Amino acid sequence: MKFRRDTVREDEKTELQMTPMIDIVFQLLIFFIMTFKIVAQEGDFNIRMPLALKREGPVDETPVLPMRVRLRADASGGLASIALNDMPFDSMKQLHLYVIGLVGGDDPSLREDAEVELDCDYDLHYENVIQAITAVSGYVDPTTGQVVKLVEKIKFSPPKETP
Amino acid sequence: MRIRKKSGSEILEGDLTPMIDMTFQLIAFFMVLINFSQSESDQRIMLPQSTLAKPPDRPMEYPITIQVMASGTLVYGGHELVNMNRLRPYLVNERSVLEGRKRPLSDATVIIRADRDTKAGVVQKLIQVCQEERFEKFALRAKEEVVP
Repeated sequence: MKFRRDTVREDEKTELQMTPMIDIVFQLLIFFIMTFKIVAQEGDFNIRMPLALKREGPVDETPVLPMRVRLRADASGGLASIALNDMPFDSMKQLHLYVIGLVGGDDPSLREDAEVELDCDYDLHYENVIQAITAVSGYVDPTTGQVVKLVEKIKFSPPKETP
Repeated sequence: MRIRKKSGSEILEGDLTPMIDMTFQLIAFFMVLINFSQSESDQRIMLPQSTLAKPPDRPMEYPITIQVMASGTLVYGGHELVNMNRLRPYLVNERSVLEGRKRPLSDATVIIRADRDTKAGVVQKLIQVCQEERFEKFALRAKEEVVP
């Protein structure tokens, strides 16, 4: 009898209840799958624009390389024309290449001193402003994938009109 | 008879170990990828794209995020502001928080998340309003454009 009882105990398996754990694990998995979203990375263009204060005495020095980018809008808010210091350009690509020619040389002080002022029509779509900032502020080096900076100082003209 | 009894009493159990292994791997994968930093984004705003829009190396010291919808309506802290001047009290509030912490106003960065179809004049006017409230650092946010 004793022998029999012992064999019965040995045969018994103490099994963990897996069902609740699997339930919770699946719930967690579903939560993470539902909240998962593929979002493109976002980045910023930094602009430092303190409000110009009325000062007495001499006016601040004008930047060494002033660049005024004029963006005109058509009736629908699209880009009608681009001009840099009254020199017209057909596309942002042309403007970009011209800016590289101006400040993209070996002299880093040119890039530090250069300042671009964006003068946009009120109705122009903001997308075009970002394209213009992209064209003047740098490019991605295709070999290294690093951003090469051009003009870092960017500012806006006062808004043209208030509707 | 004996064979029948055995087959009837046996419980067939599948081996759950590989499934649990895989499930934990999946949970770990999704947990690592979950990104709460995008919680400030607004689905109604389609950001403009730019190849130079790279995520910043370090978080900003004191970010103030203002969203601008295509219609020109501002969204700040969940409040929809049709008139731009209604943003001023919030900016004054942010300024007093900074002053209370004895930090310079130049620590604050106004992040502008404007829709690609917003009028440029609206963004310029927003910058002007912030300037009048003595904020001077701005960040124009754009979505990273992947060059093929």
